Amino acid sequence: MQMRLLKDLKIDFMGRRREAMVFSAVLILIAIVALAMRGLNFGLDFTGGTLIEVGYEDAVELESVRAGLATGGLPDTTVQHFGTSRDVLIRIAPEAGNAVGSDLSDRVFSSLSAAAEGRVELRRVEFVGPQVGDELTEDGGLAMLYAILGILIYVALRFEYRFAVGSVIALVHDVLITIGLFALFRIPFDLPVLAAVLAVIGYSLNDTIVVFDRIRENFRKIRKGDAIAVINTSLNQTIARTLVTSFTTLLVLSALFIFGGEIIHSFALALIVGVVIGTYSSIYVASTSVILMGVSKADLMPVKKEGAELDSMP
Amino acid sequence: MNRYPLWKNLLILGVILVGILFALPNLFSQNPSIEVTGARGLEVTDAGVDEIKAALENAGVEYRAIERREGGKLLVRFATSGDQLRGQEAIEGTLSDRYNSALTLAPDLPGFLRTLGLQPMFLGLDLRGGIHVLIDVDMDAAVDQALERYTGDIRTLLRKQKVRYLTVTRDRKRVKVKFRDARTRDQAEALIGTEFGELVLEGGDDGSAFFVYGSLTPTDEQAVKRFALEQNITTLRNRVNALGVAEPIIQRQGERRILVQLPGARDPGRLKEILGATATLEYRLVDTGHSVQDAVDGRVPVTSKLYQDRDGRPVLLLRRVIVTGDQITDAAAGFDQRSGQPAVFVSLDGQGARRMRKVTTENVGKPMAVVFIENRTLTRLVDGKPVKRKVRTEEVISVANILEPFGRRFQTTGLDSSNEAHNLALLLRAGALAAPIEIVEERTIGPSLGQDNINQGVRSVIIGFILVVLFMAGYYRVFGLVADLVLFVNLVMIVAVLSLLQATLTLPGIAGIVLTVGMAVDANVLIFERIREEIRNGSSPQASIHAGYEKALSTIVDANITTLIAAVVLFSFGTGPIKGFAVTLFIGIVTSMFTAILGSRALINLIYGGRRVGRLAI
Repeated sequence: MQMRLLKDLKIDFMGRRREAMVFSAVLILIAIVALAMRGLNFGLDFTGGTLIEVGYEDAVELESVRAGLATGGLPDTTVQHFGTSRDVLIRIAPEAGNAVGSDLSDRVFSSLSAAAEGRVELRRVEFVGPQVGDELTEDGGLAMLYAILGILIYVALRFEYRFAVGSVIALVHDVLITIGLFALFRIPFDLPVLAAVLAVIGYSLNDTIVVFDRIRENFRKIRKGDAIAVINTSLNQTIARTLVTSFTTLLVLSALFIFGGEIIHSFALALIVGVVIGTYSSIYVASTSVILMGVSKADLMPVKKEGAELDSMP
Repeated sequence: MNRYPLWKNLLILGVILVGILFALPNLFSQNPSIEVTGARGLEVTDAGVDEIKAALENAGVEYRAIERREGGKLLVRFATSGDQLRGQEAIEGTLSDRYNSALTLAPDLPGFLRTLGLQPMFLGLDLRGGIHVLIDVDMDAAVDQALERYTGDIRTLLRKQKVRYLTVTRDRKRVKVKFRDARTRDQAEALIGTEFGELVLEGGDDGSAFFVYGSLTPTDEQAVKRFALEQNITTLRNRVNALGVAEPIIQRQGERRILVQLPGARDPGRLKEILGATATLEYRLVDTGHSVQDAVDGRVPVTSKLYQDRDGRPVLLLRRVIVTGDQITDAAAGFDQRSGQPAVFVSLDGQGARRMRKVTTENVGKPMAVVFIENRTLTRLVDGKPVKRKVRTEEVISVANILEPFGRRFQTTGLDSSNEAHNLALLLRAGALAAPIEIVEERTIGPSLGQDNINQGVRSVIIGFILVVLFMAGYYRVFGLVADLVLFVNLVMIVAVLSLLQATLTLPGIAGIVLTVGMAVDANVLIFERIREEIRNGSSPQASIHAGYEKALSTIVDANITTLIAAVVLFSFGTGPIKGFAVTLFIGIVTSMFTAILGSRALINLIYGGRRVGRLAI
């Protein structure tokens, strides 16, 4: 029966850990090369610049929009449809040393409005000055660092430092591959995507912690077998939960991706990629790292004795 | 076994009921509305209500209701946002000199919810439409201006004390005074030190000439910058209020930035005009030698000028200006020490102070007036087309008698209330921007895009929710249905907490809710998988339920805390929209722990607890 699909599994996950390592290494390599060669296609939030979204009453040709902009003395713009053929997105690169920045959007809209005889509606304006963009890039990197640091400390306190390192390796793995994909396909990387990447950090950890929790429990409970066998048992016991949760999360993310609208598109995509990679890494990367660092049963035995001694101290 | 005590069930039920109550206001639609306030914060009178009704009816605009609101405001509700726009045109077109109108969304709540003071979620700009502007204050210019003032003050001081200097100039971050010989320099240094104790003085020479350098201490420089930022915030707030926007947000962001958010505002061009307006103050003597009535009748003396105060009463002032606004360095509201009356304390720069002292010494006992002057470009709709014109407003904001001569610092009394004193201080400080500003970020969301965002967001939440509900029911059967029910309760709780805290809901915030819907079932999945495991290991159904919840608890807490850490980092780093995502993620995780652990357990206990169970439908 279908319901039995995920019960009583005895998959030798760790037996495949070398293949998994090669797979991860290849993915990371691709990600690093993509990041180094192509770089991230940073959105307006980070680069600065002006973006104007307008909605026409009827479908509009991009040529006529461009003509309208040229008449208004604004030839150097990128014009594209956004979602439907009635919506148009106009991008203008930040002008170095030009102070008119924030007035530009007004000029764009008034020339479009003049060209379309008022049959156009201003839907969105985003103007980000270059200095703000630079700050965001810096703050974004810092935020990522703080999140990783905070989690490292928490896991080290709750488990053991090797588990903390293991979870952070899994985490960096997930983040690298996710943003690597954004670099590879030149998908715009804007502020919401950064938020999604940070949420991926939380999610990836969530998965890893559940596995680690079971490994710790089994190290204490199961007397037979080496570390690899215990980890295998733990992975088999948690695989159902890992897959079910990832599946429900992917369900809602697909809903968001399909129905959430253009603005939320890359955000949902980042999360989908992150969840898929995070699920894989919680099974293979985190556990493999822990094995490589040589965790043994002794490391995870309860520390009750010490506590008892402390209590009896005067 | 597996029974909750009555109090625990009641507690859970109670929390859920309170949650439903707080979430309830979100079910009612929000009417596109116009908030009407009298110009300069005056109350809208009954006559005003009739005027506005007439204006709307003349323009043929249908409205749903006109309600009185706190603070003498008026709320006009419309059925559609098209009517709302035409309504605003009608009010602006005929009554704009007496009323400010602001577009807003007003929830159509039944009486009992309104009595309880409950409100729906506060929608962010990306959902309700509006303008977001981040303004950068040029701090270096603020410091330069302060140094320029000192340059002028020192020059006049030395001239008055007959100390022979060669030049006084601003040399980057300090004031440089040049002398021919060391003796004059030392004499000047002592003088400057006494008069401007806050400056750090330093001597020097280059062989042929001798110098005194004066610079601000780091503390003073900070104070100058802080003052510049605060004054600019006050100025901008006053201007934005004049613009007439419901619920504007103007706040300091970081060391040198000001955030201005105007929900419902549609015209970024107009906002920039207003923010860039220049306003100033002048102090003038009242012309007591001539009749005001004569002047009103058209016989204005050549030495005087006729003004009006804020209530429209005529005031005759002398043409000669004593002090202008850019000589005011500070203003604060307080109380007169002798009479206890509300007062405004004003500080002038050196030049202004000397002039003030001279004039007041000669005019003790006579009235003096404060004139408020504003230049701005107004855009009005004439025959449906925007027409720009420059407007200069000049009005007397205060007239008071000179009690004794004063100079650098003085107080203005004769105000009606401490509130008015506060406003005057604000106006005095708002007179001019303390430092140049530049808009470094602008985000405008049109109302139709905002509505699209709401629709798309809500649609993704509903579809995501239904998919998860179907999957859980199919996979875990009765237990899945329990998880579905608590997932729904979780959604209600998230909405309740967001409404209660009035935290801003943004589009990424909705995405956060969607994500939590997916992740909230995680706790239940962990528990149910444990229960299945226990059953496989041969435990009885009751023991399996008990052990499943018991063993999964620490895992759930550990797993959720890591996500909470990420949410907190997101919140502390993030700007507007990202913060919204962090907030809903955080709230969603916390409420999901309550509903998924306690709520689902209570239900499972009610279904299976305290009786013999053959098999669990899991």
